[in-house]
Amino acid sequence: MCSLCGVLGCDDHWTSAVARPGVYTQNTDRVSRRREASRRLALANALLSTRRLSLAEWQGRSYVLASPTGRTQIFDALSHLWPEAEAMAGRPFDPLDPEFIEKIEAIR
Amino acid sequence: MSGPTPVHLLTGFLGSGKTTLLRGLLTDPAMASAAVLVNEFGEIGLDHELLERVDETVVLMKSGCVCCTVRGELADAMLSLHSRRARGEVPFFERVVIETTGMADPYPALSTIQSHPVVRSHYRVANVVTTVDAVNAPAQMATRLEALRQVGAADLLVLTKTDLADPDGAAALHARLAEINPSARLIEAREAVAEDFLAQDAERVLRVPAAAALAHHGAFRAEAPVTSFALEIETPLDWTAFGLWLAMLLHRHGEHIFRVKGILCIEGEERPVAVHGVQRLVHAPVHLERWPDGRRLSRIVFIVNGLDHGRIEASFRAFEALSQRVLSRQAAA
Repeated sequence: MCSLCGVLGCDDHWTSAVARPGVYTQNTDRVSRRREASRRLALANALLSTRRLSLAEWQGRSYVLASPTGRTQIFDALSHLWPEAEAMAGRPFDPLDPEFIEKIEAIR
Repeated sequence: MSGPTPVHLLTGFLGSGKTTLLRGLLTDPAMASAAVLVNEFGEIGLDHELLERVDETVVLMKSGCVCCTVRGELADAMLSLHSRRARGEVPFFERVVIETTGMADPYPALSTIQSHPVVRSHYRVANVVTTVDAVNAPAQMATRLEALRQVGAADLLVLTKTDLADPDGAAALHARLAEINPSARLIEAREAVAEDFLAQDAERVLRVPAAAALAHHGAFRAEAPVTSFALEIETPLDWTAFGLWLAMLLHRHGEHIFRVKGILCIEGEERPVAVHGVQRLVHAPVHLERWPDGRRLSRIVFIVNGLDHGRIEASFRAFEALSQRVLSRQAAA
């Protein structure tokens, strides 16, 4: 229930407010909502690939995070992505870590 | 009553003159329709029609989220006020002033107003006002992190006891405050009027200084690690990428990011979008009517504690470049 929380498809995560006017009403413009969700997923997957994790949608309502060994974790709020990913990877995702920056620069 | 009730958070270190300032402001007719919530009835009595006390308790909501610090008593007090207003049991109020305890980081109170599922539907944060004691603040800011957090979270800084401070000390304090939080307005308590206090949100988010204005700041100093700096980006931002980047940055380093405040030029958006947050809390973005100085570019000011400015910028640029590669590939697919 925090300001960083968001549920795919019907979230009030702060990042959804601009991409999708009427985010709080949950019933406007389903197409652009889906498009935004898939862009978000593509980018999150690029970042997660640095630790060999992957993210998928589950029925447009939740996220499923998976490890290369097949462990999965379901959660429904975007704010849980980084804590869950860190728990699964066993190390932090630190956007200020030079090694991490190098890794994302290498993604083509 | 249309829309959520605006809430003004009054914070400031112990003995910095919060209650004195508030007592003065409450005599102004513009503040007559305010409800006031205080943590402690101090030695200076407040004579106000609608004054309530809130006891300190902190409840951590069990949502699995580290940023869900909600002060249960504050939420209860605010909801009780709202219900009694609706039933006509208390004088009608159109705004709320919360005077926080002097030792407190303002974050839990802000988080309560924004994160509590019921409170957030009836109230919104209008601004954060911080009193700074011209005599004792330099020592407090050198030793107490809460004092710096309070300065960092402010939209309006009110300098108190300036008549007791020596001129050189006051000038140094002005410079230090501008270095920590260049996006806040700075006024002296003796000049403070209710209008300053009630400044509306538009003005609150518009104050994002240009990087050039901060050029002389920003070098990291071990003795004063809390500094501010501005990122300026000429090309329109991809909102998805920016959101993921900031969420990741705040998750990992939110404790050391006292404030982030930006006016953004977003791909596909005509109007500027203002974003601002305190620590791990990000307020709902606001569409502005105009570009503050006519320049269409993104400008983000960070107030950070001991984080390397250059690295934040490098990280941001790397994310931007990555998003262009990934999203253009996706669009082509």
